[in-house]
Amino acid sequence: MREPLLELRGLSTHYESARGTRVTRAVDDVSLSLERGKTLGIVGESGSGKSTLALSIMRLLPTAARIVGGQIRFEGEDLLAKSPREMREIRGKRIAMILQDPMASLNPLFTVGDQVSESLRVHEGASRKTAWTRARGLLEAVRISAPAARMTEFPHQMSGGMRQRIVGAIAVACEPRLLIADEPTTSLDLTIQAQYLSLLRELQREHDLAMIFITHNLGIVAKMCDAVAVMYAGRVVEAGPIRQIFNKPAHPYTRALLDSVPRLTDDSHARLPAIDGQPPDPSAPPAGCAFHPRCPQALERCREQAPPSLTVAVAQTARCWLHVP
Amino acid sequence: MNASTAVVLAEAPRRTARRLSSWPLIPLAILVAMLLIAIGADVLAPHNPEVGSLGMRFKPPVWQAGGSATYLLGTDHLGRDVLSRLLFGARVSLVVGFTAVIVAGILGVVLGITAGYMGGWVDEVIMRLTDTWLALPALTFAIFLAAVLGPSELNIIIVLSAIYWTRYARVIRGEVLSLKEREFVRLAVIAGCSRLTIMRRHILPNVLNSAIVLATLMLGVVVVTEAALSFLGVGVPPPKPAWGLMLADGKRGLMAGYWWLTVLPGLCIMFLVLAANLLGDWLRVKLDPQLRQL
Repeated sequence: MREPLLELRGLSTHYESARGTRVTRAVDDVSLSLERGKTLGIVGESGSGKSTLALSIMRLLPTAARIVGGQIRFEGEDLLAKSPREMREIRGKRIAMILQDPMASLNPLFTVGDQVSESLRVHEGASRKTAWTRARGLLEAVRISAPAARMTEFPHQMSGGMRQRIVGAIAVACEPRLLIADEPTTSLDLTIQAQYLSLLRELQREHDLAMIFITHNLGIVAKMCDAVAVMYAGRVVEAGPIRQIFNKPAHPYTRALLDSVPRLTDDSHARLPAIDGQPPDPSAPPAGCAFHPRCPQALERCREQAPPSLTVAVAQTARCWLHVP
Repeated sequence: MNASTAVVLAEAPRRTARRLSSWPLIPLAILVAMLLIAIGADVLAPHNPEVGSLGMRFKPPVWQAGGSATYLLGTDHLGRDVLSRLLFGARVSLVVGFTAVIVAGILGVVLGITAGYMGGWVDEVIMRLTDTWLALPALTFAIFLAAVLGPSELNIIIVLSAIYWTRYARVIRGEVLSLKEREFVRLAVIAGCSRLTIMRRHILPNVLNSAIVLATLMLGVVVVTEAALSFLGVGVPPPKPAWGLMLADGKRGLMAGYWWLTVLPGLCIMFLVLAANLLGDWLRVKLDPQLRQL
């Protein structure tokens, strides 16, 4: 088997308060792998550590956060061993990222053309002219109409969907191998969202791009991803191929998440099931399995011991005591 | 702000915005006139500003009894033509004022951006230095510096820049702090830009507006300080004509009724400072990012 494009082994990222008295395990012992050209969805509630995971891969954590253990291997290289300078060359060129807010993602003072060609010039040393021409091609690729005219316009002259597509164009400009999209569609309306997602798929196919798709929208995961990892309180509680997870979820949390998605075909007028209780305080998670206070199937053991990652089916793992044979 | 609220909010300030887009004629006229005077002083001045004839001392302006058309605004205690001195004084005030504002501006903007963007101990060092600097009384500090450096036009520029960079540094640092949390700066980091590139390409252009507004407002302050230093004898050295120096020379004659020696340079300072402040205020509103976006 060839080596995966990205592999995380036991990655842990903690936030520490200034005096070191409070430690928040934002990402706790996460192991994942991603093949070339595939899409991995990461789902979870707010505060479950999805974004921290993405920032850990980019090595762009805020100063309070620290990677305390584990490994990040990307194209066979250990990212945690890279100097800041080497990381800077990887960022934008080999790993790109798209942020949530298209309204604020572009510098209001420069034209769109300027900004799309910027990373080409920074990373590939392209001349102003070639960068400009290639940037125009990129705008065309992300379906901006009249790209030549749009190049000289400023971000405020464009709609949110267009801006987000331009951010997409910037992201793929240097032909990265991996694109991390952190809830890229939350601020777009539904039709634009759908258009944008199919555009991303298209870019992915054309550039043989692997994607990490961070979202809390299970519908988007079903549409976009090959595999999915469900995060809860900093841990990956279940991971596996998309069909298996959706058809046969192994972890009670995943099952509860899937049950709480409204269905158009359901005429029963029954109340939508919700997960009882609150997500745990990440700086003081409950002992044992973090989900046990909300889990309908909690065992005595769940209160005391955190479950290890268990293989429940081919390529599917879950952290749950129910699956201990 | 999302697009729909922007549209709603746009209704009210639009009228204001239109009114503001008309040029502030009075301050601009004053400044342009002073600029022209400063440039053309050699041609415009009827006499040599630094040489007088003692026989012609204390001549009053032309419209007063005893005034003559040779000396339109009278003469001073050394018989020098007041009009010529005022015209050349504009040159001194503007050169010193603009240069000091620009030098202080560059210094303050660079330090402000560095402090704001780098954060940590760099920020701590620069901002504590700024605080210490601000704690010193400006004028006393200026007198001290000027006395150490000795009087000359260049030194007065150095002194004024050394005093006033702190104002820029503080304002700009504050702007940078909010700017660096903006998504496009984060995206630039993600795209692999170095810190220098980000500061230069993404931060600097976004703080220039504030810097320009501040510079215009500072022009008035700097001109007054220069006049004060010259008045106190540590500014532009005589016999060079500077408005502050003319005030100082004329103050002894005030009791004797030689009012034109103090009132006229005083008015010049007042008009220049007023024009600078009005223009600054107008620019401040005009370039306000909240109005600009509409």
